[in-house]
Amino acid sequence: MLRDITIGQYFPGHSFIHKMDPRMKIIASVLYIVILFVASRPLGLLLGILMVVMMYMISKISAKMVAKSLKPVVPIIIFTAVLNLFFMTGPSEPLVSFGFIHIYPEGVAMAVMMAVRIMCLIAGTSLLTYTTSPIELTDAIEVLMGPLKKVKVPVHEIAMMMTIALRFIPTLIEETDKIMNAQKARGADMETGSLTQRAKALIPILIPLFVSAFRRADELALAMECRCYRGSVGRTRMKQLEYAKRDFVALAVMLLCLALVIVINIYFPKMI
Amino acid sequence: MAVIRTEHLSHVYSEGTPFVKMAIQDVNLSIEEGEMVGVIGHTGSGKSTLIQHLNGLLKPTSGKIYIDGEDMWADKAKLREIRFKVGLVFQYPEYQLFEETVYRDIAFGPKNMGLSEEEVDKRVRQAAAFVNVTEEMMNKSPFELSGGQKRRVAIAGVLAMNPKVLILDEPTAGLDPKGRDRILGQIQEYQQDQKNTVLIVSHSMEDVAKFAKKVLVMNQSKVFMYDDTEKVFEHASEIEQMGLAVPQVTKIFMRLADMGYPVDPHTYTIQAAKQQVLRLFEEQEAKQKKGGM
Repeated sequence: MLRDITIGQYFPGHSFIHKMDPRMKIIASVLYIVILFVASRPLGLLLGILMVVMMYMISKISAKMVAKSLKPVVPIIIFTAVLNLFFMTGPSEPLVSFGFIHIYPEGVAMAVMMAVRIMCLIAGTSLLTYTTSPIELTDAIEVLMGPLKKVKVPVHEIAMMMTIALRFIPTLIEETDKIMNAQKARGADMETGSLTQRAKALIPILIPLFVSAFRRADELALAMECRCYRGSVGRTRMKQLEYAKRDFVALAVMLLCLALVIVINIYFPKMI
Repeated sequence: MAVIRTEHLSHVYSEGTPFVKMAIQDVNLSIEEGEMVGVIGHTGSGKSTLIQHLNGLLKPTSGKIYIDGEDMWADKAKLREIRFKVGLVFQYPEYQLFEETVYRDIAFGPKNMGLSEEEVDKRVRQAAAFVNVTEEMMNKSPFELSGGQKRRVAIAGVLAMNPKVLILDEPTAGLDPKGRDRILGQIQEYQQDQKNTVLIVSHSMEDVAKFAKKVLVMNQSKVFMYDDTEKVFEHASEIEQMGLAVPQVTKIFMRLADMGYPVDPHTYTIQAAKQQVLRLFEEQEAKQKKGGM
């Protein structure tokens, strides 16, 4: 069923990570990505794995969710791993030679590292959306993008659009479900037929869906105007974002790990 | 023979997740052909889930549904055919209109049934006539119509499929009293004309009391009772405890009976109420005359 799809997969909780300031969570996520790509030694990547495991344990998000977030990127992981496996060359003798294909030990190492890196990347950044509500997230993005206002980027408007879009995803999914059922009850057949037939079968769903989306947009715009919404100028917030001690602790840990990874890179020149 | 029969029908939403919810449990129903049934129940009592099963949109978690004696889920290939026998009009059906003209929208269902062009045309006109969709409206875009008109076009879209069983989910929601009476009257006319089975889901006890011969009361995902309208309203106090309002007339007559007047506390239509009140006055007048003499 359509309603089983989760988007903006937020899992409410009260862990250390849930309570962190969303701005710091974004910064920490960026730092984590930097760590993953700076780490060019297996030991450094091991630290990356350790970090993501620790973060999931702290946030009390189940391991099942990790698997769920990794599922859609499996083809990408396999693709990059295979690419690295075949095209990486090294000074040592190839392990296998098969016609024009040569597999070097460096290629194997690189393939494994790349796969691990992508998996950590997805799992780590997914944690951001698992532990932060979409509203908090857009708030944080608005603040972090604040400096762009100086170059006339409509930061507030972008953030507001994101918030509204996120807010309406479940509503529209429900609506689609309803319309699909209604058309099915009128004998619409969406499961069989050729590709063009199936594309045509979507018309009775898409048109009412668009009509209702526009209607909702219109109503929302009116409701916002009735409450004197005038854009960002002079607008204050009910929930002020404030950094707490835990945010600086998290930042310190992240920076420490980054430093460690750099140290590992320098002191272990060989692939260990 | 029962046109709809269910056996131990149950449905569970999101089974195996923390959001698991029992929507209907152990529903055993038998609805005869040609009946006009009102379905009432609190929000979340399982009404909508039940009617979606009758049309094959939801697959039962356990239990069986027989339409015209045929097991609905026995053969998946035949499901679509069975679905044509049960027409389902959803809540706010006007939001499902999509075609360029009213005519083509009403024709969508019959066309999907694979009928010949003449037959489709015949059915469209017949269905349109039932709900007072005029010839002039037929060539307009459905998006140009008013809310009430759109609703009638959407209902015509299902009527045109000429289903053996017609199910309407809150067909009068959001309409003004005039529009409400109009649509209910048209549905009643259709039922009497076609001798089809009609199920109407409604919140309004007044409406149900007016048109339904039988009433199905759902409560907490189970069938509370399914019986003749009079018999159901004999349980007015229990129905009120469920958070459903019995018709205003019934309330007044329950109170009158409490106060010692010789009236039937299970009166649920204005007609019956009128007769009783007139009778009371006549009796009183007769008494006074006697006293005067």
